[in-house]
Amino acid sequence: MYPEVKDEKNRNGVISDDFGAAQKKYSKSSLYKDAWKRLKKNKLAMLGLGIVIVLILIAIFAPLISTHDPISRIKEDSSLPPNKAHFFGTDLLGRDIFSRVIYGSRISIQVGIIAVGISIVIGLFFGALAGYFGSLPDTIIMRIADIFFAFPYILGAIAIMTVLGQGIVNIFIAIGVLGWASFARIFRGSILSIKNKEYIEAARAMGASHRRIITRHIFPNAIAPIIVFGTMNVGTAIIVEAALSFLGIGVQPPTPAWGKMLSESLSYIDIAPWMMLFPGFAIVITVLGFVLLGDGLRDAFDPKMKNR
Amino acid sequence: MLFYIFRRILQVIPVIIGVTIILFIILYIIPEDPARLILQKGATEQALANLRAKMGIDKPVYVQYWRYITQLARGDLGDSYRYRRSVNSILADHYPNSVKLALSAIGIEIVIGILAGIISAVKKYSFWDMLVTISTTLAVCVPVFWFGMIMQVIFGLKLGILPMSGMGDGSIQYYILPSITLASVSTAYVARMMRSSMLEVISNDYITTAYAKGLSPSRVIGKHALKNAMIPVVTLIGLDLGALMGGAILTETIFSWPGVGRVIYLAILQRDAPVVIGGTLILVLIFVFMNLVVDILYAWLDPRIRYQKKEINV
Repeated sequence: MYPEVKDEKNRNGVISDDFGAAQKKYSKSSLYKDAWKRLKKNKLAMLGLGIVIVLILIAIFAPLISTHDPISRIKEDSSLPPNKAHFFGTDLLGRDIFSRVIYGSRISIQVGIIAVGISIVIGLFFGALAGYFGSLPDTIIMRIADIFFAFPYILGAIAIMTVLGQGIVNIFIAIGVLGWASFARIFRGSILSIKNKEYIEAARAMGASHRRIITRHIFPNAIAPIIVFGTMNVGTAIIVEAALSFLGIGVQPPTPAWGKMLSESLSYIDIAPWMMLFPGFAIVITVLGFVLLGDGLRDAFDPKMKNR
Repeated sequence: MLFYIFRRILQVIPVIIGVTIILFIILYIIPEDPARLILQKGATEQALANLRAKMGIDKPVYVQYWRYITQLARGDLGDSYRYRRSVNSILADHYPNSVKLALSAIGIEIVIGILAGIISAVKKYSFWDMLVTISTTLAVCVPVFWFGMIMQVIFGLKLGILPMSGMGDGSIQYYILPSITLASVSTAYVARMMRSSMLEVISNDYITTAYAKGLSPSRVIGKHALKNAMIPVVTLIGLDLGALMGGAILTETIFSWPGVGRVIYLAILQRDAPVVIGGTLILVLIFVFMNLVVDILYAWLDPRIRYQKKEINV
């Protein structure tokens, strides 16, 4: 039930600010509350959420969890298989793989969240311009998006990293810049589907500015697909970062990154196979967490999609 | 139909121009001096200046872009900084190997992906459906390079039944591991798409009618449902040929496969920008071309597409 309306004017059919705010608050909380209720019932999505939360905690508390310094080399401990002192063994330089995997989560989580954050910010801005204003801005922005779609993700990231050089900030930029087009297209689509609805027309008729209409009226109603796609895209960004580091154009050594650890293990597959096992599992579990959560969010926001 | 094809081709032209501009900017702002890379240490300033003038890199940026684009129009991708050879000839040597690998990966994608998707849909909620759902979910989470390494350890190192890397004499055994690795993620997507498309089709009335007529399940699925369920899957597979060529860089690197992807990887390590950019351009153009072909085929198969697009003008 809506809260009781005390404003006298409402009896004459005029909606007061208080009433409008209360109504908006009610409907907004209802959408997200319903989605959260459905999400909670989805066991796989909860598993995904659990994995993501644990990983974020591991990344934050890496110095407390790790057993060794991830960078320091102990010559006499070189290429040890998993044992009590080194849970995941050591690499050829005598570095503890467990500690490197723990610290590696920092890079992956950072890249996943920040790079996708950059894509979302750029994508929302241009998607809003294209979808809301239409005509020329729409044509120009969507044709530029087509150019970005023409680059396969890995290949585009390689081309950008060749210019920018190694480094985590450059990875944020490369992956972030490449991903904007998908978000722009999704947000544009959402805007097109709601921009002519009655409540938007009502806001326009009341004299609301373009900025206010986009940020206060369109944005809250069009953000659900962005949340879903963004969550799924974090997994993709983590894999692309690992691929760049694997190819030697990602994170600079000796910083521990899972992709880099895999490339270092490539030459020693036959003598130290554990070197490649644990960083690989770490990537799979992390990506799986975001994929399950993304799938769950999609079903939660749009129950019709379930079982597709 | 002709109007639709013409319009789609027109839409591709600005994309290609945009791609060349982006790649040119990348080539232009690479911090290293190409003259120093070619002549290496010990070159005199005069020799460097002469080479810069010969290459035209001392000219203003618009002159350089014009030179680059006219070269491209003639099909010339420039010269490698390292090998003193044209990028065209380097890519031409390795291109057929990448195509062969991509085609064998597509073969795996078609056979395993479609079959798994059909079984999963027809036997919904069974053990097989669960198996396909779990394995396809996991497959999209596994980085291809790690999957390839695991395959190398199991089949090359431990069991010793397949070669671990290289193309050898080009016999089929050398293709097995790289093709499966390259196809892994795409096969999962095809299986998922096939399942969802098949589920949608078999819920239609005409399928119920076919069963009511007394047709066998294999005939209903194989003859009536499959054709309609295949349309989105065929599109996905068509688009994938271009994507596989672009994505082959990781697979080719792990398996030392002598394709365009590995050439690009080695060129990155040697900071040989014309080869990286030329190789990337070719792979992007293939991707764009495949998208165009699939769009046109799709519009030909389903006339609603071309009319719908005309109306909405997306």
